[in-house]
Amino acid sequence: MRQRAVAARWFLLPMMIALAVVAGWPLARSIYFSFTDVTLNDLYGAEWVGFANYLQIRTLESGRVIYRGVLADPAWWNAVWNTVRFAFWSVLWETILGMIVALVLNAEFRGRGIVRAAILIPWAIPTIVSARMWSWMLNDQFGILNDLGMRLGLLSAPVAWTASPDTAMLAVLVVDIWKTTPFMALLILAGLQMIPRDIYEAARIDGVHPIKQFWAITLPLVRPALMVAIIFRVLDALRIFDLIYVLTPNSAATKTMSVLAQENLFQFNNFAEGSAQSTLLFLLIALFTIVYIWLGRVNFDAGDR
Amino acid sequence: MDATIDIWKVTKTTLFYLLVTAIVVIAIFPFYYAILTSFKSGTDLFRINYWPTSFSLANYQQVFTQGAFPRNLLNSVFVASVTVILALFLAVTASFALSRVRFRGRGILLMTILAVSMFPQIAVLAGLFEVIRFLGIYNTPWALIFSYTIFTLPFTVWVLTTFMRDLPVEIEEAAIVDGASPWVIITRVFMPLMWPALVTTGLLAFIAAWNEFLFALTFTVSNQTRTVPVAIALLSGGSQYEIPWGIIMAASVVVTVPLVVLVLIFQRKIVSGLTAGGVKG
Repeated sequence: MRQRAVAARWFLLPMMIALAVVAGWPLARSIYFSFTDVTLNDLYGAEWVGFANYLQIRTLESGRVIYRGVLADPAWWNAVWNTVRFAFWSVLWETILGMIVALVLNAEFRGRGIVRAAILIPWAIPTIVSARMWSWMLNDQFGILNDLGMRLGLLSAPVAWTASPDTAMLAVLVVDIWKTTPFMALLILAGLQMIPRDIYEAARIDGVHPIKQFWAITLPLVRPALMVAIIFRVLDALRIFDLIYVLTPNSAATKTMSVLAQENLFQFNNFAEGSAQSTLLFLLIALFTIVYIWLGRVNFDAGDR
Repeated sequence: MDATIDIWKVTKTTLFYLLVTAIVVIAIFPFYYAILTSFKSGTDLFRINYWPTSFSLANYQQVFTQGAFPRNLLNSVFVASVTVILALFLAVTASFALSRVRFRGRGILLMTILAVSMFPQIAVLAGLFEVIRFLGIYNTPWALIFSYTIFTLPFTVWVLTTFMRDLPVEIEEAAIVDGASPWVIITRVFMPLMWPALVTTGLLAFIAAWNEFLFALTFTVSNQTRTVPVAIALLSGGSQYEIPWGIIMAASVVVTVPLVVLVLIFQRKIVSGLTAGGVKG
């Protein structure tokens, strides 16, 4: 047994080194950069500036107070609001629709295999491809969805879904929900399939209404699986980049924290500020995860059985 | 009385199948419409049809002859394959240790691995850029293979650990009694049993690497080194108003069809792999 424990160390070593090099060290460096005046062209000449990239308060001789830094930047708070708004609505709808799809797939009916195969398609399509497919469907002049809406009398005039600030977020939400509801549905389905069928049998004999069965049996028993599925999705939604970058480029109505940080880092030559923004996003996600696991008593049981 | 019950039952069944149809149509339609568009050329492109009306391969021809798309396709295949092989190689031994050996700190290690897999990739972007510049692999496929390890490795370790943990103790016992070393146990006892799990995780990691965008956009800058998602995202015409939709759709179909075929073939495995990654509560 001792030999096994020693061998285990050696077996783990390559993986741990790899993770340290691609995750641990870069994370530490990114956080460090956020406290310096680093620029894209001069990564090694950086000097420590403390919290200046986050918030800098200066009082002028005239008595006016000037706030600078990410935390005083309206564009940043706009991105925070967009990210939170996006994460909330997308995960809410994905949960509701994912539950419906999972309940359908959990029923026995002819053609169930076809439905399961069909819902895997949005999941398999690369995000960039789905962004481009949908932006063609949502095109203001030649888009099929405007055509459909007009034919059905739902729209009186074509809408520039992705370009108009009023509808850009809606467009992003629709595409994201379309693409990720299948993942949610499959995770919930796995939870549903672990509920013993005899519970429903007993409830049916006792004459419990199906809707009450859902609230009293299905939901409490599927809750652990649901909690895990939701946190996976929230963490994914909070870091969203690709869909927004391609579907609604340069739209202030949808720009999220990841998009803003990437732009600052590599396009606008604000490397230090971009680092501060990515660090803040990391903190937000870490904080959310801790609170969620703590409050929800989520059980990621992997090691011990 | 019977009649009313029947009507209720029929309505219920009808509504159920309507829901089923809606789910299938919504899931499939965008891809169907992309295929439909990809076969249109010229002014046909701007006539809205719900059913196939024309069949032209012009867009596909352009995709493969103009620009660097074939090269991008090769880049994607290379990057995704090497990433997956590396991740599986590192993950097999690690997940053996994590699932079959008791040692102190195992729980914390597992949580760390899970945390890394849920990392916001933007949080390491600046630091990764520095490492990649330092290694001199900026704007090469190796930059992507290197950076993709951050999500493929934790994912494969996690899924393989779940899989190996569920194998019964008995399969190792005989080997342990015979005094076989852990390395022999992995290669002789576990590997033969693990092929299905390796295929599933490999496939899921391959899809993730194939679809990745943020790192590919940041760490490659020339047409020759880009992967397909970036190439498709950056495909544009002479001006903002001349987006070559036909070509974009053809390229999208080329990139997606292999994935859809793989997913449909390995349907069951993928579903079980995804839910194993999603943990049992």
